Amino acid sequence: MGKNNLIGGSIWDEYSQKVQDRMNAPRHMGEFTEDDAKKADAKLIVADFGAESCGDAVRLYWLVDEKTDTIKDAKFKSFGCGTAIASSDTMVDLCIGKKVDEAVKITNLDVEFAMRDNPETPAVPPQKMHCSVMAYDVIKQAAAQYKGISPEDFEDQIIVCECARVSLGTIKDVIRLNDLHTVEEITQYTKAGAFCKSCVKPGGHEKKDYYLVDILAETRAEMERERLKEMNKEDLAFEEMTMVKQLKAIESVLDAEVRAMLQSDGGDMEVIDIQKSAENIDVYIRYLGACSGCSSGSGATLYAIENILQEELSPRIRVMPV
Amino acid sequence: MKVYLDNNATTMLDPCAYELMLPFFKEHYGNPNSLHAFGSATHSALKEAMDKLYAGLNASDLDDIIITSCATESINWVFKSVYFDHILDKERNEVIISGVEHPAVSAAAMFLKQLGVKVIDLPVNSEGLSTAEDLKKVISDKTALVSVMWANNETGMIFPIKEMAEITHEFGALFHTDATQAVGKIKINLKDEGIDLASFSAHKFHGPKGVGGLFIKKGVKLTPLLHGGEHMGGRRSGTLNVPFIVAMGEALKIANSMLEFEDSHIRRLRDKLEDAILTLPDTTVVGNRQNRVPNTILASIKGVEGEAMLWDLNQNGIAASTGSACASEDLESNPIMEAIGAENDLAHTALRLSLSRFNTEAEIDYAIEQIKKATERLRSISSTYAYNPNQR
Repeated sequence: MGKNNLIGGSIWDEYSQKVQDRMNAPRHMGEFTEDDAKKADAKLIVADFGAESCGDAVRLYWLVDEKTDTIKDAKFKSFGCGTAIASSDTMVDLCIGKKVDEAVKITNLDVEFAMRDNPETPAVPPQKMHCSVMAYDVIKQAAAQYKGISPEDFEDQIIVCECARVSLGTIKDVIRLNDLHTVEEITQYTKAGAFCKSCVKPGGHEKKDYYLVDILAETRAEMERERLKEMNKEDLAFEEMTMVKQLKAIESVLDAEVRAMLQSDGGDMEVIDIQKSAENIDVYIRYLGACSGCSSGSGATLYAIENILQEELSPRIRVMPV
Repeated sequence: MKVYLDNNATTMLDPCAYELMLPFFKEHYGNPNSLHAFGSATHSALKEAMDKLYAGLNASDLDDIIITSCATESINWVFKSVYFDHILDKERNEVIISGVEHPAVSAAAMFLKQLGVKVIDLPVNSEGLSTAEDLKKVISDKTALVSVMWANNETGMIFPIKEMAEITHEFGALFHTDATQAVGKIKINLKDEGIDLASFSAHKFHGPKGVGGLFIKKGVKLTPLLHGGEHMGGRRSGTLNVPFIVAMGEALKIANSMLEFEDSHIRRLRDKLEDAILTLPDTTVVGNRQNRVPNTILASIKGVEGEAMLWDLNQNGIAASTGSACASEDLESNPIMEAIGAENDLAHTALRLSLSRFNTEAEIDYAIEQIKKATERLRSISSTYAYNPNQR
């Protein structure tokens, strides 16, 4: 938090002069008709993105010279706040004169940067980056329409942070490559989560399909599983381990794959004893917290724990609740 | 021209209340709880201010009106203390609130939910109101507290508080009302309404910001939110802010003396503004006029996003408000519009206009002109509205 964030203020104070000017008098607001296209000897493209029910909707008009694939002129219409209007207007500015394949490369970051009064100061507050994303998305729609392909063809990855255009694959890669443990580290490495923060965790100002906290937890769990498998490859088979090593191996698997599941329901478990016989390795466990009175402790939960330990360590393991 | 139409957010301090509070900053600064003459000088003013509050709310002398910093504090006090006094280690474990409460209530209820309390939301109808029948369907012997606002902060709709309090008492629960938007706008008679607890803030009725109160009916047990002294009979510690309390008492007295003016003059101006908005095509206003506090309009102007409208109005000197997502850090649509089941595409087009007795006819005429102008400009830009300049 800190001193500068304790007192909320008007988000309007954080708009650049360029944003304000374009909000008050957008230069490219309007529409083109088929007649306009004929007169310009160009192909008319009309692309929509968003919906009034979502709070933002933009329509982009392009007049494209089919001989050169160049956007000769463009206009927009927008249902949205002032920054949505300003972003759309700037986006149109950036499109005019470009080839369609070049226009597709315009990102929301380019739009936001173009609206800055000086290169060091953001043009809009973090929560308004969302509005420039709309401009980015509608370009993809228009280009896809012109080329007769699907807009998804421009997106070969799932975008987690729309503000910074960071994909799921990139985030997973940086976690693995740099052994990251916190969301703050992910933000430092990728800028994901640095702007509107909606992708950090549930409950932000916009609902998301993917959140950094979940991606981090899942990737860390995957890494832990891989580490365990690797350990098992190098070490002795589970059956040949000492009881201490067996206990450690069991605890590692439980930490990586079981405990979080139990703790999310207010419960937990502990290993009491390990007893070996000719056929089985019996792992005696005791449930804790909410799990101790839970009926599935001797049913579905027990089978799930047993299956995980059998799969990860040894098919001879049996789990016995006490 | 500058026109302030955001009086449900906060109001201008009444000049008379302002004048009355001034001596208590420099001349009469004694702690009213002190024994010396400096203390007694402020003590008498404090007593007079409390008399005005009791008279203004029509409370019995046997009840308590505790001074707090604002309604949010009062509301939090109610919820947290109800948990300690009436839920923890008791058989009652439910709290009922309406689906359109101010976040001070809904967030306090969510806090109790984290502690294991069951929170039940009363549904609201298309006018944004919950009825006594709705309450009957969900209340039970498990209910510890029912909290329903007296008047809604966005729509201005007035809830059937008296009937709800009666039903609540039949089930042995406590009834609290967030009266923040009702005090100073409609007649308040706490002796008659059967309310156990009522919260209010001075700055909503032309008093100062940072002072409010909690009405506690005689006999209602409530653990203090603030411990540490014997102020307010030990119910709310902290040295009393005498100038603000003096101004709050005076502001309430003046507001109550102006209720008839509010219900005639302000209502007429409000209705004039509302009628003008409704002459624009594809506009709606939430809730029946007669059952609304006289100063409030929650309009929806199709094709015009709320914050964009605020921007245009602000450029032309008019202060209004919107629950629209883009105006805040939360991009979700206006929760009131959603709760009343408004079409999704209206949820981002909400515009709240709230008047006060300081608004003039000329200001309203100017606001009408500017709203029309902004609507035309923004609809001409709008990608979702087929704007027809001939359709006026």
